[in-house]
Amino acid sequence: MNFEFSSEQVQLREVVRKMLEGKEALKKARAVLEGKESYDKDLWSSLVEMGLTATTIPEEYEGLGLGHLELCVVAEELGRSLAPTPFSSSVYLATEALILLGSEKQKQEYLPKLARGEIIGTFAHTESMTSPTPNNINCTHTDGKLNGTKIVVADGDIADFVIVSAKDSSDIGLYILNLKESNTLIETQDTLDPSRSHASITFSQSNCESLGDSKEGWINIENILNRAAVLFAFEQLGGAEACMNMAKEYSLERFAFGRPIGSFQAIKHKIADMFVSVELARSNCYFGAWALSTNANELPTAAATSRVSASDAFYTCSKENIQTHGGMGFTWEFDCHLFYKRCRQLAANIGSQSIWKDKLISSLERANKL
Amino acid sequence: MDFNDTTDEAKFRKQAYTWLSKNAPLKENSKDSWRPSSEEQGLEEAKIWGAKLYDEGWACLHWPKEYGGRDATPIERVIWGQEVSKFKVPGGYFEIGQGMAGPVMMMYATEDQKKRYLPPLAKAEEVWCQLFSEPASGSDLAGLKTKCEKDGEDWIINGQKIWTSGAHYSDFGILVTRSDPTVAKHKGLTYFFLDMKSPGIEIRPIKQISGGANFNEVYFTDVRIPDTQRLGAVGDGWKVSLTTLMNERLAVGDASGPDFKEAFTLARGQDLNGKLAINNDAVREKLADWYCQASGLKYAKYRNISALSRGETPGPQSSITKIVSGNKLQEIANFGMDLMDSAGILKSDEKDADQSMYQFGFYGAAGIRIAGGTDEILKNIISEQVLGMPQDMRADKGIPFNEIPTSNK
Repeated sequence: MNFEFSSEQVQLREVVRKMLEGKEALKKARAVLEGKESYDKDLWSSLVEMGLTATTIPEEYEGLGLGHLELCVVAEELGRSLAPTPFSSSVYLATEALILLGSEKQKQEYLPKLARGEIIGTFAHTESMTSPTPNNINCTHTDGKLNGTKIVVADGDIADFVIVSAKDSSDIGLYILNLKESNTLIETQDTLDPSRSHASITFSQSNCESLGDSKEGWINIENILNRAAVLFAFEQLGGAEACMNMAKEYSLERFAFGRPIGSFQAIKHKIADMFVSVELARSNCYFGAWALSTNANELPTAAATSRVSASDAFYTCSKENIQTHGGMGFTWEFDCHLFYKRCRQLAANIGSQSIWKDKLISSLERANKL
Repeated sequence: MDFNDTTDEAKFRKQAYTWLSKNAPLKENSKDSWRPSSEEQGLEEAKIWGAKLYDEGWACLHWPKEYGGRDATPIERVIWGQEVSKFKVPGGYFEIGQGMAGPVMMMYATEDQKKRYLPPLAKAEEVWCQLFSEPASGSDLAGLKTKCEKDGEDWIINGQKIWTSGAHYSDFGILVTRSDPTVAKHKGLTYFFLDMKSPGIEIRPIKQISGGANFNEVYFTDVRIPDTQRLGAVGDGWKVSLTTLMNERLAVGDASGPDFKEAFTLARGQDLNGKLAINNDAVREKLADWYCQASGLKYAKYRNISALSRGETPGPQSSITKIVSGNKLQEIANFGMDLMDSAGILKSDEKDADQSMYQFGFYGAAGIRIAGGTDEILKNIISEQVLGMPQDMRADKGIPFNEIPTSNK
């Protein structure tokens, strides 16, 4: 059995981690959160220079042609450092959707530019304060024109192009459009985590192309989300582990009642609980990584399992990290809130915990027919 | 990343499976297991099975060949465990001896003693028990009071042990006692092995919350042990105990009883408020949580096995197994009975009845969360030994044992 990343993949992880530490990604996350920029361009350029945006793009489209395991270790480090870039939207969602569903012409058009980091893409699905279903998508497509509004689109105000779910007569399909050329109204939306930018996009007779078979639209969406879920889970895992380590370090330095607070069982047990959640999440994320990289039949189950487990771990660790820091953890000055906010942002980005738990049980029902 | 065996591993797995399929019946389903009609019958069958394993080179895989083992690698031991779990074979009588007493004897006994005691243990001829916990020292094991006093070439033992599995049918035991109450608690302990038929030993079963009696209290009144049966130096008993406990933590694995799969199957066949329970959102959420826990443990185990396969020491992920599985079992057992509504508490004569399985798990989980290290002690171990956090402040630190407070009076 070889249920572990290879030494080359571990090495890649180290290189990415060192780069992010060297660039002080966490400080940059704070700067984006406090400032006017929607993402950190310098950090984004560094990720591009390292070839990370090209990771899974096939060589024929100027990519590196590596597998998804490489992308998983990169995601974990981006999560650990709260890197404020559109990487998840552009790589896990838009690039992956194009590799999976794009026509030859679309691949030729988009993938080399994505690999070189010249364009940024995103995925727009949510329309209201409820999770999208085939029955509540109100964006419409008719004869190459898109109408309707998507909200809370991550990196919607940064992206050069967007992949959109919309209804065409009765079927849900996916459509791709160039935001720089088509008629759209993009408005930045304030969110709980300003270290990541979000926008609403309104389409008015906007020119678009179909992406993938429009009869299979909902299945394609589920597939895109399942594949992205594994990568999001690795980001969440990285964030969770960072919070556990922060809490531990602080508890060893902070004295109360004449001793480090980390010597009290109330704190030790709290951090042991974080460790348990992180180890469960890590093991489940590996399951997801395996299924994603081998295109296994178990992918829907593995994706939901890693997603649910990692969302749970990041929530546990980010909230209890604040608790361990006491009042200092509630201040703007300390970094705890950056993780707490990113935890909520990542948990929201591709659908809620309740939805993913339901998907998990549904996938098990399908896999184990009565 | 793959789940495949190496060539050597595959060869070993095939060899193990082939031998097992010639010598034991396959389990018909996941609930199928070896069930002896009585404890005596069970012990007899376990001895026959153990002898067969020994004769054909499958006993005590990790032990050296000279003491009756196989000199197998850790990964081979894991593979054997995976294969043997597919068959209905006896178990539950020799784990303490082969898993804990044997390794301690190998480290601390004389060569003559090793030759006398280890092969019969490997052959499953002699049963061993572990005499550590006392009524007033469980988590705080080093606070034990059972006394040993030197008398010529012998030691005289007086005191009481508790939670001793199988004491009533054991031939030998490993025992930790207090030799010097005037020094700090960890420093005054001495470790022995002894004949359980020695005069002065009285064994009384303890009735558990399940009604069964798997454990005993063992009373010692002027029991003599020759000094030659001391393991480690006088006063070094704590160090020897830690070797034993390390092996115990390796031996105590997953909680047995209903798991995700059973709860999932139940929910798909059971009505709740007029529709199938599986279609109830609250039920689905709970099931999803348990699936994630079960899956997390499964793949944590795979990560361990991968490390062993590469010849490395497994990471700290195995330390979460008992905490997660004990609590999960308790929740699932409670849920299973709840799903059967008011009737979930009814006893059934049928051993395979669903409610029996959940009721058994409900009792069992309460014990598993305590046995072999409570949840709380395991969390201390994770925070101290895995994460490097400091020990809690101890009121008894450095104080001579006989001056440590033991009550409010």
